[in-house]
Amino acid sequence: MGKHRVSHPYIPNSVPEVQKQMMQEIGITHIEELYCDIPGELRFKGEMNMPEPLVSEWQLVRHMEQILSKNQTAKEALSFLGAGCYRHYVPAICDEIAGRAEFLTAYAGEPYEDHGRFQALFEYQSMMAELLDMDVVNVPTYDWCQAASTALRMAGRITNRTEVLVAGNTNPQRLLAIGNYCHPAMKVHPVEYNRETGRLDIQGLKGKLTDNVAAVYLENPNYFGVIESDGAAIAGIAHENGSLFVVGSDPISLGILAPPSHYGADIACGDIQSLGIHMNFGGGVAGFVATQDTEEYVAEFPFRLFGIARTEVEGEWGFGDVYYDRTSFAKRELGKEFVGTAAALWGITAGVYLALMGPKGMQEIGRAIMQNSYYAASNLSEIQGVSIRNTGSPFFREFVANFDESGLTVARVNMALREKGIWGGKDISREFPELGQSALFCVTEMHTREDIWILCDALREIIASGKATVEGEATANRIAMAEEKARGNGKGERQ
Amino acid sequence: MEARKPLLRRGFHQAKWDEPIIFELSQPGERGILVPQAEAGVRAEAGEPWNHLPQTMTRKAPPALPELSQARVLRHYLRLSQATLGADLNIETGQGTCTMKYSPKVNEKFPSSSKVAELHPFQDDETAQGILEIIHKTDMLLREISGLGRFSFQPGGGSQAALAIASIIRAYHDSRGEGKQRDEIITTVFSHPCNAATAAVKGFKIVTIYPDQDGYPDFEALKSAVSQRTAGLMITNPEDTGVFNPRIKEFTRIVHEAGGLCSYDQANANGILGVTRAKEAGFDLCFFNLHKTFSSPHGCGGPGSGAVGVTKELERFLPVPVVDFDGEKYSLNYDLSDSIGKVKMFYGGIQAVVRAYAWIMSLGAEGLEAVARTAVLNSNYLLSKIRKIQGVEVPYASGKHRFEQVRYSWGPLTEGTGVTTEDVQRRMCDFGLHYWTSHHPWIVPEPFTLEPTESYSKQELDEYVEALQEISREAYENHEVVKNAPYRSVVHKISPEWFDDPDKWAISWRSYLKKHGGKVET
Repeated sequence: MGKHRVSHPYIPNSVPEVQKQMMQEIGITHIEELYCDIPGELRFKGEMNMPEPLVSEWQLVRHMEQILSKNQTAKEALSFLGAGCYRHYVPAICDEIAGRAEFLTAYAGEPYEDHGRFQALFEYQSMMAELLDMDVVNVPTYDWCQAASTALRMAGRITNRTEVLVAGNTNPQRLLAIGNYCHPAMKVHPVEYNRETGRLDIQGLKGKLTDNVAAVYLENPNYFGVIESDGAAIAGIAHENGSLFVVGSDPISLGILAPPSHYGADIACGDIQSLGIHMNFGGGVAGFVATQDTEEYVAEFPFRLFGIARTEVEGEWGFGDVYYDRTSFAKRELGKEFVGTAAALWGITAGVYLALMGPKGMQEIGRAIMQNSYYAASNLSEIQGVSIRNTGSPFFREFVANFDESGLTVARVNMALREKGIWGGKDISREFPELGQSALFCVTEMHTREDIWILCDALREIIASGKATVEGEATANRIAMAEEKARGNGKGERQ
Repeated sequence: MEARKPLLRRGFHQAKWDEPIIFELSQPGERGILVPQAEAGVRAEAGEPWNHLPQTMTRKAPPALPELSQARVLRHYLRLSQATLGADLNIETGQGTCTMKYSPKVNEKFPSSSKVAELHPFQDDETAQGILEIIHKTDMLLREISGLGRFSFQPGGGSQAALAIASIIRAYHDSRGEGKQRDEIITTVFSHPCNAATAAVKGFKIVTIYPDQDGYPDFEALKSAVSQRTAGLMITNPEDTGVFNPRIKEFTRIVHEAGGLCSYDQANANGILGVTRAKEAGFDLCFFNLHKTFSSPHGCGGPGSGAVGVTKELERFLPVPVVDFDGEKYSLNYDLSDSIGKVKMFYGGIQAVVRAYAWIMSLGAEGLEAVARTAVLNSNYLLSKIRKIQGVEVPYASGKHRFEQVRYSWGPLTEGTGVTTEDVQRRMCDFGLHYWTSHHPWIVPEPFTLEPTESYSKQELDEYVEALQEISREAYENHEVVKNAPYRSVVHKISPEWFDDPDKWAISWRSYLKKHGGKVET
């Protein structure tokens, strides 16, 4: 290796003597000869501008730890952030299995030498199938954005229609991804939500249905955490129109909430990050799509579907790809959409989680989340200057708190909270300007009663002192910057 | 050299636990983990809100998940992990086009630490300066490697990166009022299928260029393919055959002259790091798979990262947000005027970005070049050895060197013995080695594609060659041995009839029970 003259630990054949033997076998005298097919004008003649390498492992560790120490984690703070990425307890065994070298480094092995990978993912599909009460679940795709987008494109192909109606209380990130993924094949129309209840506006939905609507898409609980009580009615309206009903949900809720198939969903989708996977700055997401087991639906999946089989030895299980010819791996552009490396390890991890939790665990966690979040909403509602929105609607894990009466912006409240080591709810004032200065608070099974009291005390203090806390120009500037940033954050988040 | 044990592992047998399906292990009443309950004071005040849900929203019966004690769950999954070969354990040379290199163990420490794992994507930028710094610096490093202007790490893998690129190409033409007219994407048959597939998702018609007699993308075919309808070119180079297209700059010129954009699929760039770049070849966009060239492990098929790079001119089309640095602070920037919006939640597979950054930093510019040169050396060494094996053919670019991978053919072997590349695949398991065939369509008959990367020693490459040699010998002497393989893998030859018949396929355990009448034994 040039001036370092040391064989790099990651590159065994950098030993000169070995290289010589190999070149002899090839019939060359210098490695450079192997590149003779690249014309001179394509050769990169400059030098890549990069820092000197951290050649010892210790140097690398020190460097990385120095940078990463600048992060404050959700463990070190008291966080009420959710909005698509959630801090639930991750059982130790989930980490143990996700970190196993075999699973971590396997890729595209055959169902023989990778029997374990196939079985673990088949079991993941099977446990999700029980939770969703549907027979077909895919090997995980990238995330809920991809899952919802594909569910809608599947609906388009199944109904041979080219428009979809998407609830306006859908996660704004999802709306952006769906919008891009469907363009130009399908038109996406948002449907209004009711400002009082936070739920989909049924009259608005009826007004938008046409005979070209392939599907109605609804998230439940929706972005505001609200449970869409009218799910069954909405399914009826969609079906009467010949449209499919596509429902996105978080499986962590399904120990107590009815799965989408029970109130008429034809396709269910969502994200499994809540099931034993760390937040990873948003990198812990993974998507599922579920349907009933009919050829019509299975044929439209772009993703891999692992099936169980027999081998030539009595009593032995084998696995393999079901209906592989649907995929772009088999058919390129003639396959259904596309498939590629997505998020299989999170599928295995979520399977471990469901196996640990069992039916009882899923019920208990759903209840704990609901009680904690109801408790938090109720305590917040008692703070002067804070009002809880959508109060008539049942909710799960998340709820909207409005700060209009406090005279403070969410940006300012959150900055003041941060100084106390608290991360307030996600500022949704730019995503949903019609809701005024509102934040989306997330409360899980990990929050204690004391955590909620700490939040409430801090909010009381911040609101009471109000503008009085603005001392000096520096603080005022920082607030202005925070508010400016909140505006920036809103940009591009909602079209 | 002193005497050593023979390279070929004739005594190999993979771990076989005969482990039941997890539902077969269920014992009602057992618990794997206990969940924190709401505290008494909370319960007293909150009551039982689930009782106030409308009937249609209440789960009537608990989900029929298995019930197992904790250690039993652990043992189950540990056994399944042992029944998975994984790149850490095997000479993962057989999975061409996927760059199965060593994923350094030290790099696992960083994403698994709470300083990455416990970060929330919406926490304030001020509290996330470390992770934003790594994202930004990795962007800067990839700019050097590609010569392009800016990278987004949002796509979760190479195929989703191709989707982002097809989306950008469409948004670009839309922004110029030519979106309707420019409805064709040109690719080559030896470019990864995701290029054609994702372009089709974005509504483009696909024009596929086939190789000429020497195995190079047909230049004349390209010339007659371009027109006012050309939206862009999505192509890889070297192609999946390991053949480098030396006229690539003419390809990009012709497409540019027709008004199209040019995208470089660099999912696998392992043979050309520091040697040739997207910029010099005239590309406007490219993507790198951080789980391939840049060493992040593949995780049984993700999560990975498909880093999308564009020229400065196309920066405004990238998915939002991107990470900015003002010289003092790192921040998320959502303000791109013509952004395609989002292809994925949040900012992408951040774990892979962290590992890739650490990997590049451990090698530096010179180390990256050493990676490329060694990968190409290894590949040509394998080529030299394998072309001597009876039954193997190496189509195309006769007499030329190849790059980081080579597509081979067992055509003569199949003709002579009836043994196919899929038979060889199963037999390789018996020697503790993974072997893949190739992407479809199989234009090269009975194909296999080997990519040794820089990670394996000469001795390990020799072991892989010996296994192929042995199987060739078996095929010519007693082909039944190969036909009926595997014998020492986890399971024996799988019956395919449950995979394509809707009445028989079973994608979940409950489907299996319904269709095949099996009973759960308790």
